[in-house]
Amino acid sequence: MDTHVFKPDQPAPALSVGPLGWLRANLFSGWFNTLLTLLGLYLVWQIVPPLIDWAFIEADWRGETRADCSREGACWVFVGERFGQFMYGFYPQDQRWRVDLAVLLAVVGAAPLFVAAFRHKLRYGLAFLLVYPLLAWWLLHGGFLGLIAVPTSQWGGLMLTLVIAAVGIAGALPLGILLALGRRSDLPAIKVLCVTFIEFWRGVPLITVLFMSSVMLPLFLPEGMNLDKLLRAMLMVILFEAAYIAEVVRGGLQAIPKGQYEAAQAMGLGYWRMMGLVVLPQALKLVIPGIVNTFIALFKDTSLVIIIGLFDFLNSIKRATADPAWLGMSTEGYVFAAVVYWIFCFGISRYSQRLERRLETGHRH
Amino acid sequence: MPVATSPGRRGSLLSDPQARAWIFQVVAVAAVVAFGWFLFHNTQANLQHRGITSGFGFLDNAAGFGITQHLIDYSESDSYGRVFWVGLLNTLLVSVIGIILATVLGFVLGIARLSSNWLIRQLATAYIEVFRNIPPLLQIFFWYFAVIGPLPGPRDSLSLGNLIFLNNRGVQMPAPSASEAYGPFMLALLAALVLVVLLSRWARARRLATGERFPVFWSSLALVVAIPGACVLLFGSPVNWSVPELQRFNIRGGWVVIPELVSIVMALAIYTAAFIGETVRSGIQAVSGGQTEAAASLGLRHGQVLRLVVIPQALRVIVPPLTSQYLNLTKNSSLAAAIGYPDMVSLFAGTVLNQTGQAIETMAITMSVYLAISLSISLLMNAYNARIALVER
Repeated sequence: MDTHVFKPDQPAPALSVGPLGWLRANLFSGWFNTLLTLLGLYLVWQIVPPLIDWAFIEADWRGETRADCSREGACWVFVGERFGQFMYGFYPQDQRWRVDLAVLLAVVGAAPLFVAAFRHKLRYGLAFLLVYPLLAWWLLHGGFLGLIAVPTSQWGGLMLTLVIAAVGIAGALPLGILLALGRRSDLPAIKVLCVTFIEFWRGVPLITVLFMSSVMLPLFLPEGMNLDKLLRAMLMVILFEAAYIAEVVRGGLQAIPKGQYEAAQAMGLGYWRMMGLVVLPQALKLVIPGIVNTFIALFKDTSLVIIIGLFDFLNSIKRATADPAWLGMSTEGYVFAAVVYWIFCFGISRYSQRLERRLETGHRH
Repeated sequence: MPVATSPGRRGSLLSDPQARAWIFQVVAVAAVVAFGWFLFHNTQANLQHRGITSGFGFLDNAAGFGITQHLIDYSESDSYGRVFWVGLLNTLLVSVIGIILATVLGFVLGIARLSSNWLIRQLATAYIEVFRNIPPLLQIFFWYFAVIGPLPGPRDSLSLGNLIFLNNRGVQMPAPSASEAYGPFMLALLAALVLVVLLSRWARARRLATGERFPVFWSSLALVVAIPGACVLLFGSPVNWSVPELQRFNIRGGWVVIPELVSIVMALAIYTAAFIGETVRSGIQAVSGGQTEAAASLGLRHGQVLRLVVIPQALRVIVPPLTSQYLNLTKNSSLAAAIGYPDMVSLFAGTVLNQTGQAIETMAITMSVYLAISLSISLLMNAYNARIALVER
């Protein structure tokens, strides 16, 4: 009996599979797309090679003074020479190890919180939040237990930016959650107070708030009492960002179905336990992206303290570019600043996306 | 022996939820009032001590300082009240130009993020990820100190076809002013618009009655181009252009856009566009694919699917966050103070406050301007949301 022998399959057309197929589907599917691709390639060609040329190939990396920068590209010598000032501001040279140690302790101390297998995150986290600020204050400010005092007026650079951001986040999150609960409260007086607070702080730019802290706060306080400039800035950042956190958290609270509240009440939980054990864990999980976005905004907003004359990272760079010995280095300075800010912000946003995926439990409301 | 659980004997006032609610609220209000009184009392004492009289009388005093950019007439002898309007208009100017640019750029980015073209998609993503993660103040500084600062002086300006000049004093561009033909031109334009409205009404009525279509778009376009065009041919151009001219040391004529304004507008538009791009992308993605398919299966063409089905639903998602981006841009325009652009904050909370020492009044005025803008926009937004909200069961 004859068996029919199938002919072997023809290979797929060369243009529809493999790299060529990909190119055709994604870059050259029709005249309009081809045009766009060419336009895009032209843009990339115009931007990327000159940028790499300027930043790396034609750049000067080694030297000590402006005269060492003889080539066409960037003069990274400037950033290298001023690196200490950018990081620590006017913090005394021989005391800078204290800042390094504080950062190291923060990283090491917070590390267990990022390990998925670690069980006692909540307890450990709270303990860390209680102990670390005291430790950091002792290390950074000192003045007791064997460390000489470094007043906050000498703090500066990236270190100051990180201090403001960290204090801002640690203060704004709990305050924001309380405000959100207050706004959703059944008690009319509490609700009105919270709504007024939130709408006021969200309605004004941070700059005016910082201005207020420097010109009006001295009037508000009893005579002779004066708050540290840094403390005032941190207070304002906390109040300002708490209002934004509150609105984000409110969104999460609203998304929790009524049944959850009712079920918690039916189990006999009081208000605080209902919120703390049932509603907030779900609501906060829902709004992680919003909270992280607010943190990123807060981090970027710390640059505004320049207005009241604090020497944060951006201000120390601005000052350095105005130095007569290094005139014409603005581009290098600001590009360096942009890269540093970008790494922090982008890093935080990437981490939040990972966190979101990990906490995803599958059911959406 | 009386039983402890008898209704007449509650343990204490604190175990009664209603009483507790009252106590809690009274305590909260009392604390706020006491805090407010504390601040008020201190302020009174401090003001007395420093010899500052409060009140808004200072607004009538002569300001005595010059302002580099004013949209309304202003001279040094004008009052602080006038300074307020100059500052407010300068703030609004930045906001309006910034909003227009950011919207255009943002929509392009949002659509590019969803493009079927891989390269365009990646470019848009790269733009968004780069610019939204850099503080706006840094971007303003970059434009001001690193881009415009090192530009050549007026004599060696970079020029675009000898019409627009770019130098370290900002941008000089041709300025339009109305010619004699301006009136007739505007009349013609108005007439064309009225005709367009009438035409589209008639076409709609006819379509509903008979089902016949009329090419409304193309005929309207023809009307709008033809009538004012004929007017221009008859009477000449409606505007005269005053073109900047390069002279020995300077450039004369035309509009001068000060470098501060250029830097702020560039920085804020580029920064906000990144956020608007993400808003637009998520809005379009929020319309489910089934909607597009259903519309297509009804026989709508691609353009109609977008216009009648996708865009109206996407806008519902896009508009609220879009307005909050506009608000952010308006509030961020206060960063102008950092490079000395004469906006609300730098003029009023800066110069006027320093000159008069009326800290409370100037800060209150400045903050209420921003509060008023924010609150009125959020009221509008709430009304809009209520109107377009999906009616759910």
